[in-house]
Amino acid sequence: MRVNGKEMTLGNNQSLLQFLQSNQFDVTTLAVARNGEIVPKATYDVVMLGEEDTLEVVRFVGGG
Amino acid sequence: MTDQLVIGGHPFNSRFILGSGKFSLEIVKAVVENGGAEMVTLALRRANRGGEENILDYIPKHITLLPNTSGARTAEEAVKIARLAREINCGNFVKVEVIRDSKYLFPDNYETIKATEILAKDGFVVMPYMYPDLNVARDLVSAGAAAVMPLAAPIGSNKGLSTRDFIEILVNEIAVPIIVDAGIGRPSQACEAMEMGIDAVMCNTAVATAKNIPLMARAFGLAIESGRNAYLAGLGRVLTEAEASSPLTGFLED
Repeated sequence: MRVNGKEMTLGNNQSLLQFLQSNQFDVTTLAVARNGEIVPKATYDVVMLGEEDTLEVVRFVGGG
Repeated sequence: MTDQLVIGGHPFNSRFILGSGKFSLEIVKAVVENGGAEMVTLALRRANRGGEENILDYIPKHITLLPNTSGARTAEEAVKIARLAREINCGNFVKVEVIRDSKYLFPDNYETIKATEILAKDGFVVMPYMYPDLNVARDLVSAGAAAVMPLAAPIGSNKGLSTRDFIEILVNEIAVPIIVDAGIGRPSQACEAMEMGIDAVMCNTAVATAKNIPLMARAFGLAIESGRNAYLAGLGRVLTEAEASSPLTGFLED
């Protein structure tokens, strides 16, 4: 699986929510695109990730 | 009668919009509070690891967040960034910023119009950053922009009101709020923009590069309020010759 441009192994079957939480992400501060499509936040717990998935995990930073 | 700034139906008492770039997280709150800003711009970037500090923890809760689409080189990229930002669940305001010139960071007006139309139809309150051009401003309004944000000078330059005359034309001709964004370097320049009838000023670098950042935020807040009051008061007329302040004395012999 590719996350933010980096390869990583998925390990066992997990939902997007499980993946984010196990990596200490605060889900309320994030948005995620999976294979180019924005994942609605309400579905993070039911979207199951696969080894071929590409994720972009983004959050707000300072900007003008 | 209050003099509120209304954007997309939302009222604001402050006409100072703050960009949050170039600040350390700890100072962001002091800048927002000293400047009295009620709207703060943010950018969207990769979250590469969990447990990182988040800028949202440093912005007071009553502030309206204005995500920008910085990084976008096309309308399509701007739309994607805007939709991602909205998914974080912090409101539906967006600053459309589409730039493919890396030297001057001038916005691509035409891609900005395209992105504005798509996002306005998608329910966003769209505030497009633009190079001051009256035709483009009219197209942005037709496309559904809630405000129009012409640049004063290149982003980060602190140069001031380089585009003064063209911004003034927009003030005279465009019905939606005009917000000067980019290039303002001094509170006096922000004040001057407000005296011209500009509806709000956005600053970032001018505050972030000051020696005393919270104090400069306060200076900008006061300058913007001052310029607005001057505009509402109606500036006095300008003469070529002198006109005495008091009548002739009459009691001194000629």
